[in-house]
Amino acid sequence: MEVTSEMIDRLAVLAKLKFSEEEKKELNTDLERMIEFVEKLKEVDTTGTEPLLHITDAVNVLREDEVKQTITRQEALLNAPLTDGNFIKVPKVIKKETE
Amino acid sequence: MLTKGIFLPPMSEAAQKYEAVIGLEVHARLSTKSKLFCSDANSYGAAPNENVGVITLAHPGILPKTNKKAIEYAVMMGIACNCSINQKNYFARKHYFYPDLPKGFQTSQHTVPICGPGFVTIKTSTGERNVKLHHIHLEEDAGKSIHDMDEDYSYIDLNRAGTPLIEIVTEPDMHSAEEAGLFVTELRKLVRWINVCDGNMEEGSMRCDANVSIRLKGETKLGTKAEVKNLNSIRNVRKAIEFEIDRMIGMLERGEKIYQQTRSFDASNDTTFAIREKEEANDYRYFPEPDLPPVSLSNEYVINIKNNLPALPQVLYKKYQTEFGLNEYDAAQLTLEKEIADYFESVIQHTTNYKAAANWINGPIKQLINEEGISLNTVSANRLAEMIEIVDKGEVSFSNAASKLLPAIIKNNTESIAVLASQLNIIQTGDAGQLQEWVNTVINKMPEKVAEYKKGKKGLIGLFVGEVKKLSKGRADLKSVTQLLEDALKS
Repeated sequence: MEVTSEMIDRLAVLAKLKFSEEEKKELNTDLERMIEFVEKLKEVDTTGTEPLLHITDAVNVLREDEVKQTITRQEALLNAPLTDGNFIKVPKVIKKETE
Repeated sequence: MLTKGIFLPPMSEAAQKYEAVIGLEVHARLSTKSKLFCSDANSYGAAPNENVGVITLAHPGILPKTNKKAIEYAVMMGIACNCSINQKNYFARKHYFYPDLPKGFQTSQHTVPICGPGFVTIKTSTGERNVKLHHIHLEEDAGKSIHDMDEDYSYIDLNRAGTPLIEIVTEPDMHSAEEAGLFVTELRKLVRWINVCDGNMEEGSMRCDANVSIRLKGETKLGTKAEVKNLNSIRNVRKAIEFEIDRMIGMLERGEKIYQQTRSFDASNDTTFAIREKEEANDYRYFPEPDLPPVSLSNEYVINIKNNLPALPQVLYKKYQTEFGLNEYDAAQLTLEKEIADYFESVIQHTTNYKAAANWINGPIKQLINEEGISLNTVSANRLAEMIEIVDKGEVSFSNAASKLLPAIIKNNTESIAVLASQLNIIQTGDAGQLQEWVNTVINKMPEKVAEYKKGKKGLIGLFVGEVKKLSKGRADLKSVTQLLEDALKS
């Protein structure tokens, strides 16, 4: 399957990433090779085989409904690049309407 | 470009040609103590980022674990909504990048919702009908972004991130703002009834998205829809839908084309406006969440939950009419809230006069709750039953019991009802001498009316009875009084 530059652009939008033209070329090669690999796997006849959704056979690994404070807010905010008081600050996520 | 919808009231004649089709997605926050996949507190109103652990923050190497109670609550709601329960469940990752969920995906259910098709019964002005549910699924909520605190930054509070939600998705099965409002009202009643969500729409415990489209009557294909997001009151659900229906009819009547849109509601003027022109082709790249093992629900588990559910309002509503002979109004009032129905149920442990019990609860008791702010159980069930009994025996009139005895009982919850009634001097008398005296007084006081009665205006008997009632301060046994009056007036 051929990977087009439109596909790369679309994936970049979905992943909220930006690539240079140079990087896009590399990505193109990488993605084509990945797809080729998966296409190869598709040659195996899987009729009658249930899809493997989970690696282990574990079922119903559930937790009682109990509250445990594991870290403090101060600790929680330590890794945030920007904070203000109790809040985490991030670049504006909605566009301002100028109309 | 985002423009506010221009509201042009359609000509009513033109509006008659169309039918609105409405589907709702209602998010209800489950009232578990902890979050869906970790032990952070699930509570409203904490200081920002107070209830935030490493799983909510998506630190590397973490392993989420499903909250048992959340599963149970979702199953309870499914049963309450007549849904089938999916016994093999697993979660899925719904990918989108937004800072309100640090993981970069929302853990949700995709191909296998925990509850399958079902229905919720609503009572409209034209009768009862079942609104079809497509499914109910479990998912985690996102955090809160605040955009108006800073010019260049958004502020993030992750307390809500990871809290458990059920999303109740209807079929496009409603046709008016009234029906949609009734549906949300009924749903709120249900979640409160079975105690899985506090139903508080102002605090966001219940939020509703409305999908609205219109089509010509008789058409079977759905029209292009608009989705109005985040309606946080039943009033807003109604207003937003009313506006959308009118807006779309106006557009079609002017020959315009309706594009699929996501819209938001402006409660300041009851209009909606586009927040996304055309649907950006979202691609959530769902895949099964590998970190959460599947949840398998045995038959026994589901049956056990079913057996432990309280009697549902719709069941009691029917039972009160068919078994107790109450009318629709009484039955509906008694099943408005679980607390009321519970109270009624305990009162009828002590009396079989169901109608009187309903009258007391829907009348004087409710009035005192509204006016004095007393709680429902201020008058214990057996004392209310005693009051019903003394009224039935004719010892105290209903109006004296309601206006005098009831307040006295609330003030003095230990003294016996008989003593209180006699202290209030409201015990009705069947003493023939006393009754005759009152009757004579009234007849002597109103010679003109007596003359009219004797000329054939028999309806005046009610007036005389009323006068005796007044004179006796409600203590006259009115059945005997009517007889005595009739006898006296014959002569």
